[in-house]
Amino acid sequence: MSISIKNCDLFYGDFHALKGIGRDEGMEISENKVTAFIGPSGCGKSTFIRVFNRMNDLIQNCKITGEITIDGQNIYEKSTDITQLRKNVGMVFQKPNPFPMSIYDNIAFAPRTYGIKKRAQLDEIVERSLRQAALWDEVSDRLKKSALGLSGGQQQRLCIARTLAAEPKIILMDEPTSALDPISTGTIEDLIRELKKTYTIVIVTHNMQQATRISDKTAFFLMGEVIEYDKTRQIFSNPKDKRTENYVTGRFG
Amino acid sequence: MAKIMRKITDGILFAATWFFAAITLLVLLFIIAHIVINGVPYLEPRLFEFTFTSENVSMMPAIISTVFMVFLTLIIAVPLGIFTSIYLVEYVKKGNKFVMLIRSAAEMLAGIPSVVYGLFGMLMFGQFFGLGWSLAAGVLTLSIMILPVVIRTTEEALKSVGDGYREGGYALGSGKLRVVFRLVLPSAVPGIMAGVILAMGRIVGESAALIFTAGTVPQIPQTLGASARTLSVHMWALSGEGHHVGEAYATAVILLLIVLVINTAAAVIAKIFTAKGSGA
Repeated sequence: MSISIKNCDLFYGDFHALKGIGRDEGMEISENKVTAFIGPSGCGKSTFIRVFNRMNDLIQNCKITGEITIDGQNIYEKSTDITQLRKNVGMVFQKPNPFPMSIYDNIAFAPRTYGIKKRAQLDEIVERSLRQAALWDEVSDRLKKSALGLSGGQQQRLCIARTLAAEPKIILMDEPTSALDPISTGTIEDLIRELKKTYTIVIVTHNMQQATRISDKTAFFLMGEVIEYDKTRQIFSNPKDKRTENYVTGRFG
Repeated sequence: MAKIMRKITDGILFAATWFFAAITLLVLLFIIAHIVINGVPYLEPRLFEFTFTSENVSMMPAIISTVFMVFLTLIIAVPLGIFTSIYLVEYVKKGNKFVMLIRSAAEMLAGIPSVVYGLFGMLMFGQFFGLGWSLAAGVLTLSIMILPVVIRTTEEALKSVGDGYREGGYALGSGKLRVVFRLVLPSAVPGIMAGVILAMGRIVGESAALIFTAGTVPQIPQTLGASARTLSVHMWALSGEGHHVGEAYATAVILLLIVLVINTAAAVIAKIFTAKGSGA
């Protein structure tokens, strides 16, 4: 599934947090590619990624205008089934947030939400999701143990597996490795490269090397605007905008 | 020179903290010792007989009444308080005027002397609803009295649950009900338990509110409509009459033991729940 954005504005009360994203020709996030959002803190990249699964609905006084279309449907229409939307558009957060229950129950959380109760079916989903997230070999003998006993990197892969168990089409990742050590980060990056064969991935990252390593396209954000959006190679080797150049060469941010 | 000065101030501060801590500890120890010394000699088996007579002021009926009082009150107040808190924390928009009113009312009620609850309970439940001096009137009055305690501690417990669980749950497409009852509430259990224990302590220690509502009949209540005196009221009655001051001290010893048991149980339960895991 791809995402297309037309003229998206977002306000937190009086604060204009996103300014006319996809203003003229629209912005397209391609299917089965990794798209990275980069930019200095407070530039709106995390806010923007939360537009795609309507996580901003949880914030009071948050108002969004414009057109966000996923799979041919404007997700901000009244008729949108939010549960269905979030099933299709999974999300992984900055800080690993495994639930305080067993590894098995963590993974089975989403399928159970969608009404799957049969043991055999759940077993199969749990194994498949953990294998996809490259965690199965490490935890297959302790599925009934608390997920909180895992290391930080394992917890984050568990959260990815938990998202995969909902069988999404798009996965949003909000700085998924910023709380992890370099080795765990490497594992997750390998995983992302593997997952993009099947899923559309949007990742927010503070780490420019990470963007060059894993993403196909990159959008550079500044003060709530998308300054430049292009192939990652283009953004980092031959940016069109002076501000992009200054940022990717490390002159600010 | 500066070094010596610092050493001197350090020394004075250390002596001061040690001194005040010692005073506090001594006062507490003195009270406990006073109760134990005066009470233990009067702790005889006949004080645990099931009937109270004017010759044998048995405290067994009061112990049983106390147990009834605690359980019945908690059965009413705890669910009420927990669901109210869930509503206040999870469902209402922040800054809602109505909620701010409820919250400040709860704060205020938490600070009111219990004798005021007694008066209210007597007029409301005792007279208006015709319950007279009864276990039922006492239970209802105490339920109202501990409600603010339960609400406040539960609210704190719910708020202290990290938003990571809520975000994670919603991001997987769960509805509010599932997020609250499957993720937030289980993580808040230790905090809620602490509130319940605090409430139990208030019930066990209450006398003024109960004298007005549950009365002072020193027998095991056969129905909810019967008057019942709890241990605290029993102690108040014995010492007030002046004939059985020793037995009043013995009752105090038992009260101390009960509070000790409740607190230990609370610590153990909280530990079990924390071991099962919270965090994020």
